[in-house]
Amino acid sequence: MSKSLFEKVWDAHTVRQLSNGQTQLLIGTHLIHEVTSPQAFGMLRDLGLKVKYPNRTFATVDHIVPTLSQVEPFADPLAQEMINALRQNCEEFGVTFFDIGTGHQGIVHVVGPEQGITQPGTTIACGDSHTATHGAFGAIAFGIGTTQIRDLLATQTMAMSKLKVRRINVEGELPPGVYAKDVILHIIKLLGAKGGIGYAYEYGGSVFDNFSMEERMTVCNMSIEGGARCGYVNPDEKTFEYLKGRPYCPKGDEWDAAVERWKAVASDPGCHYDDIVNIDAADIAPSVTWGISPDHGVFVTENIPDPAQESDPDKRESIEEALEYMKLPAGAPIAGTPVDVCFIGSCTNGRLSDFREAAKFLKGHHVAESVKAIAVPGSQVVDQLCKNEGIDQVFRDAGFEWREAGCSMCLAMNPDKLIGDQLCASSSNRNFKGRQGSPTGRTILMSPVMVAAAAVTGKISDAREVFQVAETAAV
Amino acid sequence: MALETITTVTGKGVYVPGSDIDTDRIIPARFMKCVTFDGLGEYLFYDVRHHEDGSLKAHPLNDPKHAGATILISGVNFGCGSSREHAPQALNKAGFKAVIAQSFAEIFFGNCGTLGMPCVAATAEDIEKLGTAVRENPDLEITIDVEKNRVFYGDENFTVHLPDSARDAFLSARWDPIGELLEGESEIEATAGALPYMAR
Ligand code: SF4
Repeated sequence: MSKSLFEKVWDAHTVRQLSNGQTQLLIGTHLIHEVTSPQAFGMLRDLGLKVKYPNRTFATVDHIVPTLSQVEPFADPLAQEMINALRQNCEEFGVTFFDIGTGHQGIVHVVGPEQGITQPGTTIACGDSHTATHGAFGAIAFGIGTTQIRDLLATQTMAMSKLKVRRINVEGELPPGVYAKDVILHIIKLLGAKGGIGYAYEYGGSVFDNFSMEERMTVCNMSIEGGARCGYVNPDEKTFEYLKGRPYCPKGDEWDAAVERWKAVASDPGCHYDDIVNIDAADIAPSVTWGISPDHGVFVTENIPDPAQESDPDKRESIEEALEYMKLPAGAPIAGTPVDVCFIGSCTNGRLSDFREAAKFLKGHHVAESVKAIAVPGSQVVDQLCKNEGIDQVFRDAGFEWREAGCSMCLAMNPDKLIGDQLCASSSNRNFKGRQGSPTGRTILMSPVMVAAAAVTGKISDAREVFQVAETAAV
Repeated sequence: MALETITTVTGKGVYVPGSDIDTDRIIPARFMKCVTFDGLGEYLFYDVRHHEDGSLKAHPLNDPKHAGATILISGVNFGCGSSREHAPQALNKAGFKAVIAQSFAEIFFGNCGTLGMPCVAATAEDIEKLGTAVRENPDLEITIDVEKNRVFYGDENFTVHLPDSARDAFLSARWDPIGELLEGESEIEATAGALPYMAR
């Protein structure tokens, strides 16, 4: 019988059925970071348990690291306490830690793929919502809570109910200036922030076939913002090419055997999907959010919604609430909205290709007087790769600050925060109220190139016009 | 790993109306810099309860009449947003034992379950009525009957929804899965042994 990748991976990792009908699922790769793991280690100690597979558990530090200087002790004693706790836990339980001094530290969802830990046909979990990122490699990857982290540390398994699978096809060719971020913002807008509840999303179609691994990661990363528990793309030659030679990937004969297994794990032609959604790539334009949920999206050419035009009372109320918080005028064009801060980074768009693409357009431009602009590489490796290509200098010349690796302003658990009701054009993944560190701060999500356009003009702008994208793309 | 069965939850309620109350609102991210969960309860709903200078805003949770409430009442899609358990933990540490809302975000629902906090869903109408009753009489005793899927208060009662798997877990004292997970040790090793990447 033909099966989807999700079913194959689920079956191969099923330990047994539990009394409540859930599955005891083996999680082959457990990724941890400083924010959600210390409490779980505490619970483990309380129960007198050990880490069952320390060699399948990998740690990094990302949320709390300051990005102006990673030199310790950190100015924030709480941040220092968190990194100390992680160091101690990793040492005590024998877990590999990509610590600051290793040159491999970074956002957990950037580090896993870049080290080759993220592999097709595996199950991955991390106490972080955006773990679905790893699905770009044909892994089934879940964000989990602290108690599940404890369960994983102790047993390498967790209790879970099987998901349905929704295939999302994006066919055709994306117009110039339209990026992976626009694709996922469009999908979330179409299906809603809750549309994916109970589902795994399988992304496919020619757009995904043509996407680089980094672009696939951008889309999978935001699956959770569409309500899906995980999202993935079937592995193909691009996947194998990306992984080949990475530190944690098999070598020699083992590599060939692994590639054979990885090919076999892709969804079989004609397998059953619980739902199928077809999207035409030509319909997608550069997208931005206007509200306080990732499904509050419009194309940059469109207007902010007007609650008066909305007949559904619940939707009307939610638009009103969002606009009141965002202090945006109902019905006005979103383009032209003044921005105070511009942020390029995060596990959604903080990889080499993101900075490379933005740098391509930033050359010869300068950040507007009124704007504070920061670029934060997703990992120390990304930072180094950018420096090798002189990308950091392009950003600096354009008036961006080039920072050290971490989550930074994506959720502002470090010193990088909005102040008051500042409005931020951000390449991150969440525009919730207060997300970027100020209770009244405002976030507009968009692709890195759109952030660059906002930085240069000081307002939400169509990057295709600011940078004459069509012509640049043609050269 | 003996757990208690949870058949009913009884206590005072507090009504925090609103849709899509996300985990960042329940516990703002800046308060998650902690290595234990103890003490999180203090910061529950911090930004909606405090002005920027730290002084208190008008909020049901700031109202001394509602002190000691153990059942939170809210709207649609409660607990959406992050998978971090800090939000359920903050509720738990602030003394809450259950939530009644129109609907819940999936991960939040699961995280609450593992803490032994039933999250039961009810209609907008029943919630509004209960919320009004609680406002008028903060000492009103509310009972969530997990077994019967009903909420009782004063002379009123209404049906709530709780998925069977979650209810069974509360009733059979299996709401924290670790005990059962640990029992599967030999099967875990067999499953892992069949996966080449696990050997590395
Ligand atoms: S970059 Fe943002 S979304 Fe990604 S792991 Fe860090 S805080 Fe979470």
